[in-house]
Amino acid sequence: MTDGTQPPYDFPAYTSTIKRHPKRALIEAPQTLSEVTGPTFASPWYGPNATDLSRVDGREAQGQRIIVAGRVLDEDGRPVRGTLVEVWQANAAGRYHHDGDQHDAPLDPNFIGAGQAVTDDEGRWRFLTIRPGAYPWRNTYNAWRPAHIHFSVFGPSFATRMITQMYFPGDPLLETDPVFHSIPDAAARNRLISAYDPQLSEAEYALGYRWDVILRGRGATPVES
Amino acid sequence: MAIPTSSQTIGPFFRAALERPAWSDLTREGVAGEGVRIEGTVYDGDRTPVPDALLELWQADANGSYTHADGRFRGFGRACTDHDGRFWFRTIVPGPVPGANGAVQAPHANLTIFARGLLKRLVTRIYFGDHAEENVRDPLLASIEDAAVRATLIAPRTEHAGGIPVYTFDVVLQGAGETAFLAI
Ligand SMILES: [Fe+2]
Repeated sequence: MTDGTQPPYDFPAYTSTIKRHPKRALIEAPQTLSEVTGPTFASPWYGPNATDLSRVDGREAQGQRIIVAGRVLDEDGRPVRGTLVEVWQANAAGRYHHDGDQHDAPLDPNFIGAGQAVTDDEGRWRFLTIRPGAYPWRNTYNAWRPAHIHFSVFGPSFATRMITQMYFPGDPLLETDPVFHSIPDAAARNRLISAYDPQLSEAEYALGYRWDVILRGRGATPVES
Repeated sequence: MAIPTSSQTIGPFFRAALERPAWSDLTREGVAGEGVRIEGTVYDGDRTPVPDALLELWQADANGSYTHADGRFRGFGRACTDHDGRFWFRTIVPGPVPGANGAVQAPHANLTIFARGLLKRLVTRIYFGDHAEENVRDPLLASIEDAAVRATLIAPRTEHAGGIPVYTFDVVLQGAGETAFLAI
């Protein structure tokens, strides 16, 4: 896509792109059965839903409890039903449960930061979690990633498969984050920021943030012979 | 029409959620067809292995069908690269798949690549080197004029005494030998 709503591969402000972006133009491949089909999640081969990230074995994680919820929709606003949504995030201190995370912030034994859900008939998903902390990364000196939750979404076909990040409103780190700013179009960029939703908040318990994912169309539906 | 949500990088810390070692073996619940391995290494523009990539495979069954009515073989696999940038899938060679306007597509597996440093995923296809005649007639391969670029999509087959055949498919993100990536 070249309309500025998707990031480029080559974006040197995010230094990891420098040696990892292809230099040759992509080859235009017409959509065939291979692209308009994709894995389905009707039987639970992918494992059970895991929508409560806020505790491990009943022990509460440290941090601000939040509810994050939304829908997966297609370009026409129709719900994308029964598709797998996987999420991961840093803990409240900005540290991932991951061997490669060397940030000197505390790990929380009661927070793994991974979840998954299959969307319901309205395309809805919902997670109870902990507000992730910002974390430093070595992209440039003293660079910090704004708080975010990573989202992986399948949709109905191989062509709709995508991974993105959800941000939080009012985060001052968004102003300078090159990953966020890799999206040229400001309106598209800002749609990655969730909205505080008092209706979603639970009294005396957790703050609510709402965010929807819009998937591209799957293309024409061919008949398999 | 609503604008599709923008992509962002998978980043380096996805393993707690996305790493599913069992999913590298598409045949783990059994399937009809010859069992094969697809293996390779992901390289960056310095030909340095990429140890933090995630690859997903989507393919038809031995009859060239994507409906996977069998229920055991789902045609979907996921693998993460190891410290040396290597990945593998165990699967079967799919059958030929219908293409546009009555054409037939050579057997192929669809591959997508996510990694730190990729702000959006890459897409490519793995064709099978011993299916030379079908590959010659494949519409997508035929549309690639540069033979060296076309060759990056074709995985050579190696027989292993006492083991299953291996198709080798390296993914070169940039530079010499750069894999042919697709806009779909
Ligand atoms: Fe992150």
